[in-house]
Amino acid sequence: MRERDDEWTGLMRSAIAGDSAAYHRLLRAVTPVLRAAARRGLARAGQPVDQSEDIVQDILLAVHLKRHTWDASAPFAPWLFAIARNKLIDALRRRGRRIFVDIDDFAETLPGEAPTETASASEVAAQLQTLPARQRDVLQSIAVDSASIKDTAAKFSMSEGAVRVALHRALASLTAKLREQ
Amino acid sequence: MDTDQLIRTLAADNPHRARPVGFALMLALLAAAPVSLLMFFTELGIRPDVMVAMRNPFFDLKFAVTLALAIAAIAVSLHLSRPEASLRGFGWLLLAPVGILTAAIGGEMMMPQRLPMMTRLVGKNWWTCLMAIPLMSLPLLAGALIGLRHGAPARPAVAGAIAGLLSAGLAATLYASHCTDDSPLFVAAWYTIATALVTAIGALAGAKLLRY
Repeated sequence: MRERDDEWTGLMRSAIAGDSAAYHRLLRAVTPVLRAAARRGLARAGQPVDQSEDIVQDILLAVHLKRHTWDASAPFAPWLFAIARNKLIDALRRRGRRIFVDIDDFAETLPGEAPTETASASEVAAQLQTLPARQRDVLQSIAVDSASIKDTAAKFSMSEGAVRVALHRALASLTAKLREQ
Repeated sequence: MDTDQLIRTLAADNPHRARPVGFALMLALLAAAPVSLLMFFTELGIRPDVMVAMRNPFFDLKFAVTLALAIAAIAVSLHLSRPEASLRGFGWLLLAPVGILTAAIGGEMMMPQRLPMMTRLVGKNWWTCLMAIPLMSLPLLAGALIGLRHGAPARPAVAGAIAGLLSAGLAATLYASHCTDDSPLFVAAWYTIATALVTAIGALAGAKLLRY
């Protein structure tokens, strides 16, 4: 557990320093833990666990857009679990249940726990359709067609800087739409 | 979009750097300040006898109280903008203005006074105080909330309430230079009521605006 937390903290420090591969690894490493916790929360609230992937994606977006509030001298896990807990409570409340989510839901996940298979998520995909055309095109190109920033820039005759700005705006407005729904 | 695709997309956006919450808060407050200053100088203005008043320690103490409130509230707001933070360990900062005010009341009690206590407490400007502080607070509160939206507070209503204290502290600092009621009793009564009102507005607005 301790080792896992230290590894996450190290990866996040590298990510902040500009290492996107470390960031990718970190997000992949935390996702099974978030997924297991989301399933447990849904199960306890008597909700179908197949909605867990929407919650996982919601958490990942919040982690991404709020990562500047992480203090790089502090461990990463408590910060991550605070965001995850907040988003899980939000999601359950939106589904009409008020329940208290135990922080241990996250902390007690054993490192060896088998990652559950990726369930389908529909909320992000649905909100994607409501974005302004330019943002949607850029996001779709990078997320769905796996194109690089460079290829996307060439495809839409945009500068790479403009693609980066559109990508970030798309992620931010996607998150805002998920919050308002 | 499946989660692996989302993760890859977030990693592609890793080079994007958001500004720290403190910077966003400072910019938003600086943008809002001219509105409050304009309200102050067109409607109230600094009291004409300010040079004489500055020799009265109780005039100066008003600024100690209001600035202590504003500074403590800024520090607490920035602390609360982190998702894992709570008021514990930081909330006591907000007692600083209360402590200064209590000491000031004690000091005034020990001095011979020309006016009876009730007259000092009610003062001459209580209605102006109750109107001016909340009104001058509103632009600053809007600015503070916009700045704090860059954060991720665990309890948006609490964070909004602290933003209310922050803007009331700044607005009260302006107001204190206009008001001729210098008794700490007046400050304890009317400034407090005005601040409580702004804090309540901040809590309500924060509950909506500071969710992330």
